[in-house]
This record gives sequence, C-alpha cells and structure tokens, in this order.
Amino acid sequence: MSSKQIQGLMIGFYIFLFFLYLFAPLIMMGMAAFNDVEFPQVVPWEGFTTRWFPELFEDALMIEGFVNSIWIGLGVVFVSVPIGLAAAIMMTQVYERFRTLYYTVVVSPVLMPGVILGISTLVFWDRLGTFADAEYESFYYSGMFLTIVGQSTFISAYTMLIFLARLQRFDRTQEEAALDLGATHVQVFWKILMPFLRPAIFSAMGLAFLTSFENYNTTVFTIQAESTLTTVLAGKVRMGTKPDLAALAVLIIAVTLVGAIAMEVARRREMAKAEAAREEAKRAEEAADMALAGAPAQ
Amino acid sequence: MSEFLSLFLPVFLAALLAILLAPVAQRHAAGFWGVVGRIRFVQRNGIVISTYLIVAVIAWVVFMIVLPQVYMLDFSFRNNLFPAEIGGPKDVYTLSNYEYLLFGRPGDEEMFNWLHLTVFLRTIIASIFVTLLNFAICYPIAYYMGQVAKGGYGRMMILALILPFWVNEILRAFAFRILFGTSGVINAVLLTLGLTDQPIDFLRADVALYAGLSYAYILLMVFPLYNAIESLDHNQVEAARDLGSPWWRIHWRVVMPHAKPGIASGCTLVFMLAAGALAAPQILGGPSSLWFTQIIYDWFNTGGNWPQGSAYAIVLLLACLVFVLTVMRVFKVSLGEIAK
Repeated sequence: MSSKQIQGLMIGFYIFLFFLYLFAPLIMMGMAAFNDVEFPQVVPWEGFTTRWFPELFEDALMIEGFVNSIWIGLGVVFVSVPIGLAAAIMMTQVYERFRTLYYTVVVSPVLMPGVILGISTLVFWDRLGTFADAEYESFYYSGMFLTIVGQSTFISAYTMLIFLARLQRFDRTQEEAALDLGATHVQVFWKILMPFLRPAIFSAMGLAFLTSFENYNTTVFTIQAESTLTTVLAGKVRMGTKPDLAALAVLIIAVTLVGAIAMEVARRREMAKAEAAREEAKRAEEAADMALAGAPAQ
Repeated sequence: MSEFLSLFLPVFLAALLAILLAPVAQRHAAGFWGVVGRIRFVQRNGIVISTYLIVAVIAWVVFMIVLPQVYMLDFSFRNNLFPAEIGGPKDVYTLSNYEYLLFGRPGDEEMFNWLHLTVFLRTIIASIFVTLLNFAICYPIAYYMGQVAKGGYGRMMILALILPFWVNEILRAFAFRILFGTSGVINAVLLTLGLTDQPIDFLRADVALYAGLSYAYILLMVFPLYNAIESLDHNQVEAARDLGSPWWRIHWRVVMPHAKPGIASGCTLVFMLAAGALAAPQILGGPSSLWFTQIIYDWFNTGGNWPQGSAYAIVLLLACLVFVLTVMRVFKVSLGEIAK
C-alpha cells in the first residue's frame, strides 16, 4: 500500500470519527426514548416502547412553557425583523466616518455572552420600573416582555446581517428610476425594496423564531417567575431521571429536521431559479450580440 | 400595560401627527419641517421611511444595547438595597461588590476569596482549552471541505454538519449525559470490554463537560475556518508542495496565514460562548465544579443580590473583551472580520 493510500485512509477514518462524534449522542438519545426503562439509558435494552411520548402531553408545566416559547418567538420576530431591516438600511447610508463605530456597536450583541444580555436587560428595566414607581404587575417586571426585549437585542443583529448580505446586491438605480417617474418614497419602499428583500425577510423571520425558541442563556435571567420550554427542560434535565425528555428530543429533532430540510430545499430552488434567470439573460444577450454581429454581413 | 400606554402612546401619537402634518407644513418651505426636509437623509428616504429608520435604530441601539449595559455597570457599583431604601442615604456608590470577588467578606480568614477566584480562573482556562480543542478538531475538516472535497460531496458534508445544531442546546447536553453517565453507553462498553471493572464517573471528572462544550460550538469554529480556507487558491498549496515543502509547513506557512481572519473569528466566538455557557455546566458539570456563570446565576436567583451579580457579570464581560482584543492584536484582524 502506498503512502498516499494510507494517507487517504487516515483522512477517511478521521472524517468518520468526526461525524460519529456529531451524530452518536443524538442517535443514543433517540434510542433512549424507546427503551422500556424508568431511567434514560440505552444499555441494557429492556424492550421497545412508545409509552414516553404520551407522558409528555400530560406534563402541564412543559405545555405551558411550550406555549410561552411560541408567543415569545412570535414577539421576537415582530421586534427584531423591522429593527434588523432598519439597521441594515442605515448601515448603507451612515456617514463613512461613523460606519466603523456604528458597526462595532450593532454587532457587539453577537459577541457578548448571552447571560450578560439577559442580566443587563433585567437590571435596566428593573431600574426604570423603580424610577417610574411602577406596580409589580406592570410590564417592567413582566418575564415575557423582558425576554422578548432581551432576545431581540442580539437576534436583531442576526437579522441585520442577513439583510446586509442581501442589500449588497441591491441596485439603487431602480429606486432612483421609480422616484424619477413620480413614485413616493413609501411606494418605492413597498414596491421595490420589499419584493427584492423578500427571501431575506423570510430567512430572517425563520432564524429569529428558531433562535428565540431555543435560547436559554438570556431567557433564564429575563423570564423570572414565568417559564419557557427551555427553562422547563433545563430544570427537568438537571433532575434528569426520566426518558420522556429523550422522547421530547426525538419529537424536536423530527420537527427541526423536516423544517431544516424544507428550508434547504426552498433555498436550493430559489438559487436554481436565480441561476436559470441568469442563464436566460446570458442567452438573450448572446443572441442579441450574434444578431448585432451578423447585421453588417447581411 | 397601562404605564406602557401612558409612556409610549404620546410619543407614537406625536410621531404620527408629525407624519400626517408634514406635507401641509412642507408647503411653507420655511420653519422646522423645511429644515428637516432639507436634510440629505430625509431627502433620500422621505419623511415616513426616515422616521421608521431612525426610531427603530434608536430603540435598538440606545434602549436595548447601550443603556442596559450602562445601567448594569452603574448597578454593579451600588449596595444591595430594599426598594424602599433606593434614593435614601444608603444609596451610594461603592466598590464592595468587586472587593468581594477579590477578598471575600472583610472578616474572612483567607486573604483572598479563593473560592470564586478559582472558579473564575478555571472557567477562563477551561474555555481556552475548549477553544484550542475545537480548533484542533475542526481544522482538518474545514481544510478537507474547503480545499479537497469541493462540489457535491462537500455540500453534503456541510448539510450533515448543520443538522445536529438544529437540536436544542439543552437536549444536546442531555444526550451527553446519556452517553457519559455512570450507567451510560460509554461505561457499558468499557465494562463489557473489560477495560475497567467499575463505571468511571465522567461527569465528576468534567470529561463530559469539556466534550459537551466542544460539541456545542463545533459549527461556530468550522464555518469561519471553512470560509477562510475555501478562498485560498489551491495552486498555492500545489506550488509549495512542488517546491518540496512538507505537509505541516504548507499548513503553517501557506494555509494558516491565509485563514487568519477565519481562525480569529472562530476562536473568539467559541471562547465567548464557552466562557458564557450556562446550560452545559449546569447539566454536565460535576457536583463540585462550578462555572463562573453559575455563580452569577446564583447571585440573581437564590442569592438575591443583583448588584453583586452585576459586578460579576461585568468581570466576565471584561475578560471576554480582553480576549477579543488580544486575538485581534495577535492575528492583526479587525472586528468587522471577526463578526462576519
């Protein structure tokens, strides 16, 4: 065997190990969800069961957390997508001199640990509430409100980065043409910019919701007396003695897998469509070129 | 909710009124709206869109990013007071929260607060270790995807890489518990093979924690590395090889210098997330080993001392800041390149 073949084998073996590391924990957890033992484990295998799944839906705490997570996710989408869009448009227009400073400030939430964002949000609104002499039931102390605000702080930066990437390919002359033809700025915004940004808006909404849904570090500080799915889960995992969690994991994996694959397929289709359009344009251009080139000869 | 309305409704109404009246006012080019209408930003976007942009960005930058940090910093220099005492004679600035982290309570036997200082240092060192481990694991894969397996196979690998990370962070940690627990899969395998005669407590030995933390942030290391390596012209690698460079020198002198922004970005992200991790240490940490974020968490929950917790949070933030600045200095990259 030549040294090149040995090298190839070693690389193959490394890649195998790497993906084993990636998938083995999830596969093991998936198996534990179907094992007929009171404790989440794979070995010894005591027989196949699906009894852990119905138990999930009897857990009122978990259902409540799940519902809260959905509402918070929708709230975060509602807040962070418009903010991210505005911040991205602002980035393209802000004075050259301030651009670095502006960029540093708005991407800082991405680089900041999530616990810090949660703590600062909690402290800020608590102080405001104290100054305003607010009652305990007011929004200053509401776990849901604080969680939406705290998560949106960094999720807006994610959505902004998505919009920025898309805006880089935006042709401003389209806007100018529309304005010259008498469109108002609002019309230009809705009829030219929005359709162009539509794919970015959808991916920003999806990302915002999913990031919010699975956030723990920020949420655990801002949520206080209320609960989300992740905080309920964290509490249960720390007690960690029943396989119904593994069953929940299987459900979440199944849902997210379908979602992720659907998103990937949609993205590919979008890309293929764009590719086809470009091909079409190129062919038309070539045809025009040929027609022009042919013209003098005739 | 009523305060919310009473506080923000006037602002919204004023903004709405201003937008509605703007065209009327603009007809008389002089005055406030005339001035506003002549600002370039407003000319370019129109009044309505300008208002939206400015309100949204200010709400985010001022009320969600900057002010909360300022208030947390301010709060960390205050005493832990009852609501009734706020604004009273006891409400003064103090360094006691930071002193507590360093020296503990004034009457303590030990000179320094070793308990918390050790946790802090261990968190930082362990995070650096996790970062290096992650780099070592991910570099070969990123190189392989970026230089060797381009095309369909490489794209499949990327998809396979992303899939596990759609699963919730807490459930991922839970999976490691199943894997590493005393009655877990790994112990069962070791026992059947006869490599050990009694189960090893991986949780207590922090093996599960480090494995779980590395696992959690693989994606954030692979992608920056992959993006940087992918843009390297493979001819450069070929040229180095033709000129007789051994493989390790090709990586050290050609690939890594080119991938510097990616390495810096991956390392920063992984360090930050590892140092700021809360779920993984809570779930996978042994009973005796604390993570610094867990102490902060305790100050806010069971401890009930928010100023103290804020001070600890500021210390963690500063440590992360120092790390980022060091990485930027060592790798000579800008922040824009890191946060891509």
